[in-house]
Amino acid sequence: MTGAHEAERQATAAPAIELRGISKSFGPVQANKDISIRVMPGTIHGIIGENGAGKSTLMSILYGFYKADAGEIFVNGKKTEIPDSQAAIAAGIGMVFQHFKLVENFTVLENVVLGAEDGRLLRPSLAKARKILAELAVEYELNVDPDSRIDQIGVGMQQRVEILKALYRQADILILDEPTGVLTPAEADQLFRILDRLRAEGKTIILITHKLREIMEITDTVSVMRRGEMTATVKTTETNPEQLAELMVGRKVLLRVDKAPANPGKTVLEVKNLRVHDRQGVERVKGIDLTVRAGEILGIAGVAGNGQSELLEVLGGMRPGAGTVTLNGEPLVLEGRGADGQSRRAAGLAHVPEDRQREGLIMEFHAWENVAFGYHHDPAYQRNALMMDNAALRRDTAAKMEKFDVRPPDPWLTAKNFSGGNQQKIVVAREIERNPDLLLVGQPTRGVDIGAIEFIHRQIVALRDQGAAILLVSVELDEILSLSDRIAVMFDGRMMGERLPDQTDETELGLLMAGVSGKAA
Amino acid sequence: MDKMPKWADVVLIPLISLILAAALSALVILGIGEDPVAAVKMMVSGALGSTYGWGYTLYYATNFMFTGLAVAVAFHARMFNIGGEGQAMLGGLGVAIMCLYVPWPHWTLALIGASGLAALFGAAWAAIPAWLQAKRGSHIVITTIMFNFIASAVLNYVLVNLLRPVGSMDPATARFPEAVHLPTLHELLAPIGIGFSKAAPANVSLLVAVIACVLVWLLIWRTRLGYEIRAYGHSETGALYAGISPVRITMIAMLISGGLAGMMAINNVMGEAERLVLNATEGAGFIGIAVALMGRSHPFGVFLAAILFGFLYQGGAELALWTSIPRELIVVIQALVILFTGALDNMVRMPLEKLFLSLRKGRA
Repeated sequence: MTGAHEAERQATAAPAIELRGISKSFGPVQANKDISIRVMPGTIHGIIGENGAGKSTLMSILYGFYKADAGEIFVNGKKTEIPDSQAAIAAGIGMVFQHFKLVENFTVLENVVLGAEDGRLLRPSLAKARKILAELAVEYELNVDPDSRIDQIGVGMQQRVEILKALYRQADILILDEPTGVLTPAEADQLFRILDRLRAEGKTIILITHKLREIMEITDTVSVMRRGEMTATVKTTETNPEQLAELMVGRKVLLRVDKAPANPGKTVLEVKNLRVHDRQGVERVKGIDLTVRAGEILGIAGVAGNGQSELLEVLGGMRPGAGTVTLNGEPLVLEGRGADGQSRRAAGLAHVPEDRQREGLIMEFHAWENVAFGYHHDPAYQRNALMMDNAALRRDTAAKMEKFDVRPPDPWLTAKNFSGGNQQKIVVAREIERNPDLLLVGQPTRGVDIGAIEFIHRQIVALRDQGAAILLVSVELDEILSLSDRIAVMFDGRMMGERLPDQTDETELGLLMAGVSGKAA
Repeated sequence: MDKMPKWADVVLIPLISLILAAALSALVILGIGEDPVAAVKMMVSGALGSTYGWGYTLYYATNFMFTGLAVAVAFHARMFNIGGEGQAMLGGLGVAIMCLYVPWPHWTLALIGASGLAALFGAAWAAIPAWLQAKRGSHIVITTIMFNFIASAVLNYVLVNLLRPVGSMDPATARFPEAVHLPTLHELLAPIGIGFSKAAPANVSLLVAVIACVLVWLLIWRTRLGYEIRAYGHSETGALYAGISPVRITMIAMLISGGLAGMMAINNVMGEAERLVLNATEGAGFIGIAVALMGRSHPFGVFLAAILFGFLYQGGAELALWTSIPRELIVVIQALVILFTGALDNMVRMPLEKLFLSLRKGRA
């Protein structure tokens, strides 16, 4: 790669960014411990680590959001104080956040200028920005129509606007925080082409991600963070995904899920012509059909916001829908009385919801109270007609925590005080231990560390092997590909087609996810 | 990890808030040229220095326990029931009807009957705002406030036109019959040899209020319904996921809340006045909000906060009676306590959390 070559040529030059001995604590939590890192100019430097490893804290220090407790920052060899983001911008550092900071009803041009206007009158600034955007478009192949409104362009385009904002402010060093989280594979490829071009033009890029594939594909150097420490910095060409995963987690990890071929039985879930409208009356699910049989995992791929969430919520009894849904041959009530989570659970359905913090758990409840959540009518948890048997519930919680290796195994701990992975384990334990006929799973490993991902995947496969039907919704294609026995792709509320995991690849699924129907979908 | 230990949350924060409110009150008293130390002495001796004082303090506290519990139960379902005042007024109507029109053989039966109808009337008055909230999304704060005014008008009409004895000029009911007279603390404590002021209005309703505190505690922390109320209060999407009906919980929580507020009437109407007069509630419904805030919506906290506010009420009345400190200033002091313990909670909480975090860091 030219970039790697560039890196070697410039190895003698001063680093674009050098951090020395950066430490930062939040109360008792040490987010960054004595971190030193050198990012050479004209390279793409990846920073990889699990959730909570301290990547975002480190970048927030670099961008002036937090003040480090100790340590020094050098930009282009010069010691620099960065007390706020204005200082970061002045030092030539630009940041593209995971959640875009754009004004939806402004045009691209207005967003680029916002906060960087010259003088009190807007018109000269806009004219100047229009000229500069045209130049940037040529220089970096960053084509965006300056007069489109943000809410009328796609996510990939919005991200380009964020990059343009940074370049307009003359950033030489770009930090991208999990940039592909919201993109289709095709959009991610486009982003990587842009990054490649930026590198060729001499820009320095810091790429924060938890996806090993991206690191291998685009970076020159990669630094691995674990529990607030920088565990290694290696040349990308001299490492491999397995080694990086081990550095991230601190032990050997299985990247692929080990599973036997599915042995599908009778049809458990049958959905016919399901339609869902949201509260504003917009149709979110536009008539879909699907079946899931006992002992198989049907994975639903798609970019977030294409109706998958609504599909899960209707099946889970959380919102009304129209159409026909049968579970074990019995029709489910989709609207009005009987269309609720209790009736669904009684019918043999369990549900690991997409958002554990807002749905799956009550964050202010103790672990033991959360283990009853949704199952608080279970006779095993009742002392008499009115009172709950909290002692029995706590015993049950302790048993489930041990079986699912929830840490710390303390039933009295409040849900919000567990890490993301352990919170998810509580939800998964609660739902899987019911031995449901049908398990709905939404984003089972979002914000979950690699070690817990492996564990949760194994539990889902084990439930399948016991003969449960599993409907999996995930925006992580890797997860869909490695877990599913069949893959269906949703786009704009419709099914774009079904594929078998060993007869398809990310490119084909990516096209379907973008709404391009393939061969005889 | 929690930001600070639990004892700091439940004991230290209210205590510091109280001290701040007291300090500011002292400054105000100084400002009008009075002696704050003498004022405090007067309040303490007036409210707690005699069984007479205690009798009034506990009488007020009984009112505040009922209305405080009412607000607390609604809080657990994340609803702000500001309608305790109106619900308590309607509760008074229920008590009056039971006491005037049913020939009770004994006060115990009368108490049960009157409590029942008071709770029913209070609950019914809360039911309409609750239904509007659950089904139509009309904000409960707005509707319950409006229902206070409607309750006041309804009571006015009923007293003037329906319940006023013939020939009376006073918009009040006739005196309740002797059979429904509730024993005062004097009458209750005399048989076991404890002397208690005859003139003080504290009565057997205090025991009912304490029992209500225990029952509400059981309801919230031990029953399935309480579990559902708390879950719904913390997260509405979570409730939907778990199959807890928001409509059902909204209705039930508000009915219980209204019922508790209504039951206040057994104290002020049946126990003290022994007839229903206009404005019998005297703002106790609103004090209940402060009591619930200060008591952290926990029944035991409500119990303690109710006694504190009972002290402030009685002590304040003594102050107005015996010193040249004007009555309005008593309201200022009470308002300061409400302001600091309720509205300005975060002002004390945030520095305290920082302090505990740095302490813990120092230890680590």
